[in-house]
Amino acid sequence: MSSLKKLLLGEQGLVVIFALAFVIVSLTVPNFLTERNMLGLLQSVVTIGIVACTMMFCLASRDFDLSVGSTVAFSGMVAVMASNATGSIILGLLAALVCGGVVGLVNGVVIARFRINALITTLATMQIVRGLALIASDGRAVGINDPAFYQLALSKFFGVPTPIWIMAALFVVFGFVLNRTVFGKNTLAIGGNPEASRLAGVNVITMRIWIFALQGLVCAIAGVLLASRITSGQPNAATGLELSVISACVLGGVSLAGGRAAMTGVIVGVLIMGIAENVMNLLNIQAFYQYVVRGLILLIAVLLDNLRSTAVGRRG
Amino acid sequence: MTDFLQFNGISKGYPGVQALSDVSFSVRKGAVHGLMGENGAGKSTLIRLLSGDQPADAGEIRIDGQPQHYSSVRDAFQAGVIVIHQELQLVPELTVAENLWLGRFPGKGGVINSRTLIETVRQKLAEIGIDVDPSTKVGQLSIGERQMVEIAKAVMLDARVIALDDPTSSLSSRESEILFALIAKLKAKGTIILYVSHRLDEIFRLCDSLTVLRDGKLAAHHPDIGEVTRDQIISEMVGREISNIWGYKPREAGAVRLKVRDLSGSKLPVPISFDVRAGEILGFFGLIGAGRSEMTRLVYGADNRRSGSVEVDGVKVAPDSPPQSIRSGMVLCPEDRKHDGIVQGRSIEENIAISSRRHFSPFGILSPRKEADLADTFIARLKVRTPSRKQDIINLSGGNQQKVILGRWLSEQGVKVLIIDEPTRGIDVGAKSEIYEILYDLAAGGMAIVVISSELPEVMGITDRIMVMCQGRVAADIPRTEFDERRILAAALPDTSPVAAAQS
Repeated sequence: MSSLKKLLLGEQGLVVIFALAFVIVSLTVPNFLTERNMLGLLQSVVTIGIVACTMMFCLASRDFDLSVGSTVAFSGMVAVMASNATGSIILGLLAALVCGGVVGLVNGVVIARFRINALITTLATMQIVRGLALIASDGRAVGINDPAFYQLALSKFFGVPTPIWIMAALFVVFGFVLNRTVFGKNTLAIGGNPEASRLAGVNVITMRIWIFALQGLVCAIAGVLLASRITSGQPNAATGLELSVISACVLGGVSLAGGRAAMTGVIVGVLIMGIAENVMNLLNIQAFYQYVVRGLILLIAVLLDNLRSTAVGRRG
Repeated sequence: MTDFLQFNGISKGYPGVQALSDVSFSVRKGAVHGLMGENGAGKSTLIRLLSGDQPADAGEIRIDGQPQHYSSVRDAFQAGVIVIHQELQLVPELTVAENLWLGRFPGKGGVINSRTLIETVRQKLAEIGIDVDPSTKVGQLSIGERQMVEIAKAVMLDARVIALDDPTSSLSSRESEILFALIAKLKAKGTIILYVSHRLDEIFRLCDSLTVLRDGKLAAHHPDIGEVTRDQIISEMVGREISNIWGYKPREAGAVRLKVRDLSGSKLPVPISFDVRAGEILGFFGLIGAGRSEMTRLVYGADNRRSGSVEVDGVKVAPDSPPQSIRSGMVLCPEDRKHDGIVQGRSIEENIAISSRRHFSPFGILSPRKEADLADTFIARLKVRTPSRKQDIINLSGGNQQKVILGRWLSEQGVKVLIIDEPTRGIDVGAKSEIYEILYDLAAGGMAIVVISSELPEVMGITDRIMVMCQGRVAADIPRTEFDERRILAAALPDTSPVAAAQS
């Protein structure tokens, strides 16, 4: 009994729970464990998964970003419009990256340099950027002229669609950045104690600006892939994405109080959200119930996390 | 008369500090009992145990012969023990009457009977002679009046033992007189008052008996205060000769390493200048609010300068940037370790490597092996007591945390100037001497060291020279050969205290 408790509440508790859930679902839900369904599942979490990589850094340094959904929609929009206008997909992609990066940079500068609360700042930019997307497209979807643009989402390597590869690559890259680079360690240190980190020589302002700028860039990547998949730039795409992404991070054990994050946790968090949705679709459960289930999963995850940290506290 | 309140063999330890060891004494019914001791002698710990806030490691408290086993403040209330702390526990937004009834409002079915509420309180206040309107909001009362309300609350709960922790520290002399009259009334009712204070005149005036604590042990117990003298109490409080814990060794001072000229900032308006030489330990002493820590933060670049320059080995340090200061070879161990020093939730290893890892992380990519070696080196060299370098720094004692922060800076190659603010605050005696040893070694190796401390014996014990600060200015610069307690204190004390100036 106590070893089971140790396993569930230990460092890898979430992974264990995830593995159990995966096995149970595979055995009980028909058509779940098929190649087609697995790829569909992964494809459905690409946007959340990509954005969660940098949201993890944001949360780990005690910040917060609500503008990700709008930035994804806006940069997707820009990619489509720019490549339509110039006839070059490369230029379109670059324009999207620049726009995403600029939104992130503005967030970072306002939050870190001018010391405005991150929640308020990104709440504002969330609306501004959504507005820009609507203005640019006059509120309508913008179709893609060059069919090659579709290939971004449709192409496959070894039978696996490109967006999944990109997500996997970003998981690896950001996992490495978090655990094995000065940037990652400084992020966690800032989240643990910002003032102590500053006095210890960490350039806190620059770090925070970088984290937000990266977040913007990564949103742009997600936005381009999303536009390619839905074959148009949609000004209303990815609404509510910020909450799903933050949920996935929290599910993955990232502390909202900062200082604690793990890439494996975030990946598992993303997959749990994806599986829950996928299973409910397979079982033909009405979409409305899915909100309730997602909320419940999040609540249970934080309660578990709370149990875990009190258990750790008692040990220490 | 019988002994009503007894402490039998009370011991209590915190990580790294034995706050109380085997303290036993007893107090008669209806006595005002004084509790004295230096800072850190164990008075507050004893009060905390009595209040039920924390359990003792060993020993028991008996009231009227009954052993008490309370495990919460509420249990202590029920046993009739109430501790009135320096920070008062009242809700400013509620009225006096509401505060006194808080937690057990009179009335039926959740509807408060406000007449009973006010009238009972009015009666009680009149009975013990407190002149406060029960329907006033507590937030509108003076500190002294709030304290009266706290005491009234204790009386309403039929307290048998009331402990007052330095109650007059924030009272005017008129308010103190009212408090003393109130204490006399409670005493006449048979209540025991445990009176913690630094003020000998109050102790002699109010108390019937007295206990002196020193280093967590019972230094003296006087059942009748008439039999002791002031001098006797002072020597009991100070006790041992403490000169040998410093272990000062004279050193040769070399060339000037740190040169501060006309430095000022928004919290330190008067420009300040000084030099520190290689191998020298310069002390800064001053009362709280004298500007020592503000000066420190300005020199290090933690706060923004308004004017002036800072040079290390003749090279100007870029202003307002801790990273630049570190690159110039100047580092700071901050005053408030918990808030400004340690990174909670991260390991000792990470806390040590946080700054110096840039030297061995090509392109920002870490070398876990080197980081581990670095941590092990400094854990061994500075004798950090920990089971592992992976331990969360929050679990270490104050002394060990301070060593980790020192390790953080010593792992930077080529530190030339070390600024250490309150090097041993909250650190027990054993670890103190170890930290002093480290400082002497570093100074002997040619580092220029600035020590800021509010403990006069410490500054006098370990530094080569003292700069005394007072009201944001340097009031005196005294070399070790001329160290004199009186002279230093005289320089630190303002001519007119701000309180007196404000009242006149």
